[in-house]
Amino acid sequence: MDAIFGNLDLWREGISLTLLVFFFGGLIALVLGTIIGAMRVSPVPIARAVGTLYVNLVRNTPLTLVFFFFVFGYSALALPGLSNTVLGILAIGTYTATYVAETLRAGINTVPVGQAEAARAIGLPFGQVMTQVVLPQAFRSVVPPMMSVLIALLKNTTVAAGFSITALPALQSTISNSHSRPGSPMEVLLWVAAIFVVLVMLLTWLQRSLENRWRIAR
Amino acid sequence: MTSVLYDVPGPKARRRNLLLAIVTVVVVVAVIGFVLWRFSLTNQFSAAKWNVFTYTAVWASIGEMLLNTLKAFALAAVLSLALGFVLAIGRLSDHAWVRVPVTVITEFFRAVPVLVMMMILYYGMPTLGVSMEPYWAVVLALMLYNGSVLAEALRAGIESLPRGQKEAGFAIGLRKSGVMMLILLPQAVRAMLPVIVAQLVVTMKDTALGFLITYKELLYYAKLLAAQDGRPILQAAFVIGGIYIVMCLLLSWFAGWLEKRTSRSPKVAGNVPDAPEEDPRLHPESTVTEVIAMQKGAGKFNQN
Repeated sequence: MDAIFGNLDLWREGISLTLLVFFFGGLIALVLGTIIGAMRVSPVPIARAVGTLYVNLVRNTPLTLVFFFFVFGYSALALPGLSNTVLGILAIGTYTATYVAETLRAGINTVPVGQAEAARAIGLPFGQVMTQVVLPQAFRSVVPPMMSVLIALLKNTTVAAGFSITALPALQSTISNSHSRPGSPMEVLLWVAAIFVVLVMLLTWLQRSLENRWRIAR
Repeated sequence: MTSVLYDVPGPKARRRNLLLAIVTVVVVVAVIGFVLWRFSLTNQFSAAKWNVFTYTAVWASIGEMLLNTLKAFALAAVLSLALGFVLAIGRLSDHAWVRVPVTVITEFFRAVPVLVMMMILYYGMPTLGVSMEPYWAVVLALMLYNGSVLAEALRAGIESLPRGQKEAGFAIGLRKSGVMMLILLPQAVRAMLPVIVAQLVVTMKDTALGFLITYKELLYYAKLLAAQDGRPILQAAFVIGGIYIVMCLLLSWFAGWLEKRTSRSPKVAGNVPDAPEEDPRLHPESTVTEVIAMQKGAGKFNQN
């Protein structure tokens, strides 16, 4: 317990930074992912090609390498300086955006074509076909996999700790490098693991309850 | 071409699509142009920046590091597949004393991030008097995480099978192990092959986390190269990134090939339509009505 109460300041910083990276990374991923996903299902061939290229390139690159590009590579371009935290958020956002895009595309593909054809046949314009028929159905089947993407994003925030961003796992090196702070590396890391288990359980519970609330009645 | 989102375009839609295409091209060219402009401004294309890649020794080391990455991936993939089968079968056990602990273990290892697991094994275990090479920390962490994810995929595959499969197995006198080995698992593996391979691609990418616990693999070498004369940070990242992308694409391509091959095997001949061109199930554009009409006409013993 000393590992917790002797380093309360570090734990507070670590948890808040992890959540910060999670929220803003998730925000960027959702916005960018929606744009890329829209490009991948658009009627414009060149937009589809660009979306596919982006997804295939970034999805097949390890997240660690994406971080490498942003955190080390950005400084080589002599652009206005950004802190490592901001660059880390950008890296994790760009990476997760590909998963968001794929989830959205899969969700739209689950809506049977006949639904939209029927809606068009009774004379609904594009806007109403979307908002009344296609999107409500796609949304329900998107929510559970989207929560899985967010859970993966939460776990991926740990990678930031390797790039001098003081997210949770970085506590281990901070504590073992200082002589005055209590706690062995094992204790600290087990507490970090415990925090992640609790956070993931919370998100899984949220996923289940949303899934039950919006279950498709067929 | 028609989809859920749009119909065959008319003249007005075609004009709008052309406009959107132009906007896309302009935005993409602007982004690429901006990046290239910054690159040339900071002399990223100069010979000095790419100099390190002219040495044979550098490429030999890259090959050695690639081998290290593949070594960790190969063992982790095999071990996590084995662990996945064990955990999946354990979780479906009829005995609560097997099922409950296995469920807890699976959920725990799925929730802990791989990097934290690696750090526990590499930095944490010495506290308990067990120290290991970074290689083993990487392999074991990947095995525990991917093993439990694969276990969940296999379990979902087994549970999605029709109940009649299991009952028929028992009816012809097979024991529990026989039903699992001969009837349920082969079907579950075939159904879940895309998920399994996607998880193997994740395993391959996650070997790059080993760099954070000083395992000498590709990314570790990229960092080493980045500190050489001329600081070729971006160049090293491009070369190593290219290698990763090629490896992952090869693995995905292999998965696609494998899927095509297994679906052509004579054992599942009953599920393969006689005239592929006319089968609406094989065409993404076909409507539900067409598929249902086709299925009604199909033989009653046809599973699909």
